[in-house]
Amino acid sequence: MKTVNLSEVSIRELNQALHDQKAQCTEETWTVLEPKGQHNIACGLDQTLSVDIHGHAGYYCAGMNQKANVTIHGNAGQGVAENMMSGVVRVKGDASQSAGATAHGGLLVVEGNAGARCGISMKGVDIVVKGDVGHMSCFMGQAGNLVVCGDAGDALGDSLYEVKIYVKGSVKSLGADCIEKEMRSEHLAELTDLLKRAGIDEDPTQFKRYGSARGLYNFKVDNASAY
Amino acid sequence: MCGIVGLYLKNKALESKLGELFTPMLIAMTERGPDSAGFAVYGDEVEQDTIKFTLLHESMDYDWGQLADQMAAGLDTQVDWFQNSNVAVFKVKADAASVTDYLAAHAADIKVLSAGKSIEILKEVGLPEKITKKFNLAGMKGSHIIGHTRMATESAVTMQGSHPFSTGEDLCLVHNGSLSNHNRLREELKREGVVFATENDSEVAAGYLTWRLQQGDSLTQALQSALKTLDGFYTFTIGTRNGFAVVRDPIACKPAVMAETDDYVAMASEYQALSTLPGIENARVWEPEPEKIYIWERD
Repeated sequence: MKTVNLSEVSIRELNQALHDQKAQCTEETWTVLEPKGQHNIACGLDQTLSVDIHGHAGYYCAGMNQKANVTIHGNAGQGVAENMMSGVVRVKGDASQSAGATAHGGLLVVEGNAGARCGISMKGVDIVVKGDVGHMSCFMGQAGNLVVCGDAGDALGDSLYEVKIYVKGSVKSLGADCIEKEMRSEHLAELTDLLKRAGIDEDPTQFKRYGSARGLYNFKVDNASAY
Repeated sequence: MCGIVGLYLKNKALESKLGELFTPMLIAMTERGPDSAGFAVYGDEVEQDTIKFTLLHESMDYDWGQLADQMAAGLDTQVDWFQNSNVAVFKVKADAASVTDYLAAHAADIKVLSAGKSIEILKEVGLPEKITKKFNLAGMKGSHIIGHTRMATESAVTMQGSHPFSTGEDLCLVHNGSLSNHNRLREELKREGVVFATENDSEVAAGYLTWRLQQGDSLTQALQSALKTLDGFYTFTIGTRNGFAVVRDPIACKPAVMAETDDYVAMASEYQALSTLPGIENARVWEPEPEKIYIWERD
């Protein structure tokens, strides 16, 4: 196991060392100490590494992640796991806004609450939040799943494409073109699997499903006067 | 961009260390605001019949002693003062209006940075580290302090455009964001008697709060009205003589993070600025919610 203390080593040096593992993986397990809210920790990984960050991380932690398993033992700033392609990113505390933004794949687990715009423009990632999510979550979400075990803020799923949203608690309001949908057996099976992969013990039958009404997919001539 | 920071001490035993705790917080926000920086420190409160002014003159060699003597004679009162770099703090046994009028008539080249019972504002163009050294922030004592590092967007990099802004006695505001209805609101507030020194949008927010407080609002009520009236995006940290508040607009696109222990409440644009506080590892750290008013006040 390799331990890197960020009060002694720069972010650039840490990230370079992690990137060097792509060509030849010599060290799979990494521990990062004293992150102190610095930005861009463990960004752009592309190897089956396991990275544990002890403390609070700043912006864009584990952004663009591929294959790696990154755990933040603390809170994460804006844009954690943004544009993730694969792998697993787990935040043991809270995540700030835009968690998992535009992410294409992999699994993001937030064990605390996520702030505003969680999963904004997500494109295939699975996001499981144990607590609440803030307003405008899943805005323009295109593909993947968002699971919220707590409550969701205003305008959930506004202008949604094909993300499936599962919420256990209350939804303050639904965004434009987002509606509650029937929870069928295949959805229960999918949600059960998501919760299991996230390691979160919740009863899937307690959740409601939300999705796109697909009313914004095509231009409606009735709305022509609005332009 | 801009960075804002605030520290409110719950434990009075820490008051002698306020500046020492706050200095690294302000410097940590250099990346967010390298153009100018400033802070408002609350402490060293004057008696009921006295008013405290923070005054600035461009020259380091300005004769503050002479001004103090002349003011004491002119207003027939007592003036205590001390100098910190090119700034002086005057404690005058008089009301604020008399001192303001005297300065306008006899020392027009003096700029008033703050007035009140407790507040002292210090600000300057340049890197935050330079400013903390210039005014020896690390040696300052007090109950609470708010600060700002500016990346100028809406107006030029000048002393006038530097935060914090104070538009009323002991009230001060720092702002990360941009207001879109400040021009019209400034005109409305001028008609209500609020005086503005700059064209800056953040000063309008401070002026609005001053006006609401003058109308009898509590700080909470004033901030509730501000949420309805101010259009734009903002994270504000506000200081009053005995209070400290944080509020974000409904969209909350400007960052903020808070931390609380038994000893203090702290806020910053980014967690990096909180990482040097004692006991931060075990502090409650959270992101303030949009439209929610967070407020701490002393009795």
